[in-house]
Amino acid sequence: MTRIDKNPGGSEVAVTVRGLVKHYGETKALDGVDLDVREGTVMGVLGPNGAGKTTLVRILSTLLAPDAGQATVAGYDVVRQPRQLRRVIGLTGQYASVDEKLPGWENLYMIGRLLDLPRKDARARADELLERFSLTEAAKRPAATYSGGMRRRLDLAASMIGRPQVLFLDEPTTGLDPRTRNEVWDEVKRMVGDGVTVLLTTQYMEEAEQLASELTVVDRGKVIANGGIEELKAKVGGRTLRVRPADPVQLRPLARSIDELGITGLATTTVDTEGGAVLVPILSDEQLTAVVGAVTARGITLASISTELPSLDEVFLSLTGHRASAPQDAVPADDRQEVAV
Amino acid sequence: MTAATVTTQDARITLRGHVRHTGALIRRNLLWIRQDPESMFDALLMPVVFTLLFVYVFGGSIGQALGGGQDGYVQYVIPGMIAMMSMTLSQGVGTGFSQDFNSGVMDRFRSLPIGRGSVLFAKISVELVRMLFATTVLMIVAVLVGFDIANWPGVFAAVALSTAFASSIMWVFLTLGVILKNAQSVQAMGFLVLFPLQFGSSIFAPTASMPGWLQTFTDYNPLSTLADAARGLMVGGPVAHDLWVTLGWSVAITAVMAPVAIHKFRTKN
Repeated sequence: MTRIDKNPGGSEVAVTVRGLVKHYGETKALDGVDLDVREGTVMGVLGPNGAGKTTLVRILSTLLAPDAGQATVAGYDVVRQPRQLRRVIGLTGQYASVDEKLPGWENLYMIGRLLDLPRKDARARADELLERFSLTEAAKRPAATYSGGMRRRLDLAASMIGRPQVLFLDEPTTGLDPRTRNEVWDEVKRMVGDGVTVLLTTQYMEEAEQLASELTVVDRGKVIANGGIEELKAKVGGRTLRVRPADPVQLRPLARSIDELGITGLATTTVDTEGGAVLVPILSDEQLTAVVGAVTARGITLASISTELPSLDEVFLSLTGHRASAPQDAVPADDRQEVAV
Repeated sequence: MTAATVTTQDARITLRGHVRHTGALIRRNLLWIRQDPESMFDALLMPVVFTLLFVYVFGGSIGQALGGGQDGYVQYVIPGMIAMMSMTLSQGVGTGFSQDFNSGVMDRFRSLPIGRGSVLFAKISVELVRMLFATTVLMIVAVLVGFDIANWPGVFAAVALSTAFASSIMWVFLTLGVILKNAQSVQAMGFLVLFPLQFGSSIFAPTASMPGWLQTFTDYNPLSTLADAARGLMVGGPVAHDLWVTLGWSVAITAVMAPVAIHKFRTKN
């Protein structure tokens, strides 16, 4: 069996999806989805609840049969070659799919054996991954006693046992607190550093920006936009800069000096008196630098500068002209990155 | 098409692979018992409670009718208990399976390159271990309440027969575990199936005094034939007919329900 995709130049396609359709009764969970993920990259699939993200991941990991269309992962067809396909993928679901009654180590050992590792190798791999995901101390405790973040890390470790070529992460941080979310992001970044191709679904623009190099935005089972993160961000209106002077009296002068720069994003510069900050919509890092320069030139002391990403709803509004189709979780409170000044 | 055929063969799981996968999953299910010893309580208490209940509450009067008093009833009901437990404990396989499905770990299994049957075989194997444990407890209690083991090979043969029947009936409960929404529904549905089969049988009392229509049912009820065969093997009496009918049931139930369970498992969304 020759495989067509076997990584000659690193730019081969690891996941191909063409015209994928899946119905649940009257509901079209997927309504003709096309998608390509190049080898070694991270594709973010962004969409609200009910957009079809999980259905897509379940089809690609052979848990669900499509009604129409085609999909291949690492060159294997999801319908005709499920067994070969399962050998080269890793899956971390929205809800941690580890055996809660088993200790962490036993979970990993079991999966090693199910992946046909000899006993010795399965043991070594379990030790190694527990170490890597900082779970060694909890190795002997049942997973049910783990915190949400630990469980998610164990889940990630479990999906890495077979050294997968393609990793599916279905909303890997949904339901986690901000600190734990950062932990999981760090782990995912390390995995990507190892050269794994990742398809990640998320409801958060920030998560997509943190992890993905390319983005596919889905809504009601259809792809409504795709491309590089920067490209899409520009389409959506980039970020909002929140500049907070140390002394609230400086608020007006600060706003004026920024106005003078003549930066025009999709919106105009506004003053948030209550929050004691000036909000500047920007499209590029150059504009961010220009704002910092103007502030410095005026000699205004700042308490903080932070950037805010557009929320999923704003993304949808700019891309489609309507709000996200399903009610969505509130954007997490810390969806801005503080920049020390 | 040749290429595709070759690929399929490449991916075929060897017999050793199946054994390894099933072994890893059996280990998982045994570890569950170690983590949660309370899960063995039913296997420990059921034989004790039911034996005491039937021998001391109903034993006197049914025994009188049988013509042997309470001691006679012990000889009658203990083989029946073996049959009853094979059914009742089989049910656990369905509830346990249903819990697995609702925990997400099944998604993990189904995304791994293992045979779909391994998960089911492992579940059945561990449940059979539980059943043998319960049977051992039952035999100890039986001796304590005065059961006379005259024929050891007969006891082992009866246990083997009930184990064979139980492993077939487990496919039914596995199917319920896959298609029903949660463990509670499996238990409720299981009870609906179990109750008439257990009591509409010769397990607890001879069927001769039952009305004709019920006797027709009990004659075909595999639990009656299992109980009668066990009785024949353990305390003597005719065996052959009941033995063959029970084995026939076991083979027929497995032949129909195992493919159904595996198919439902494979295609569950």
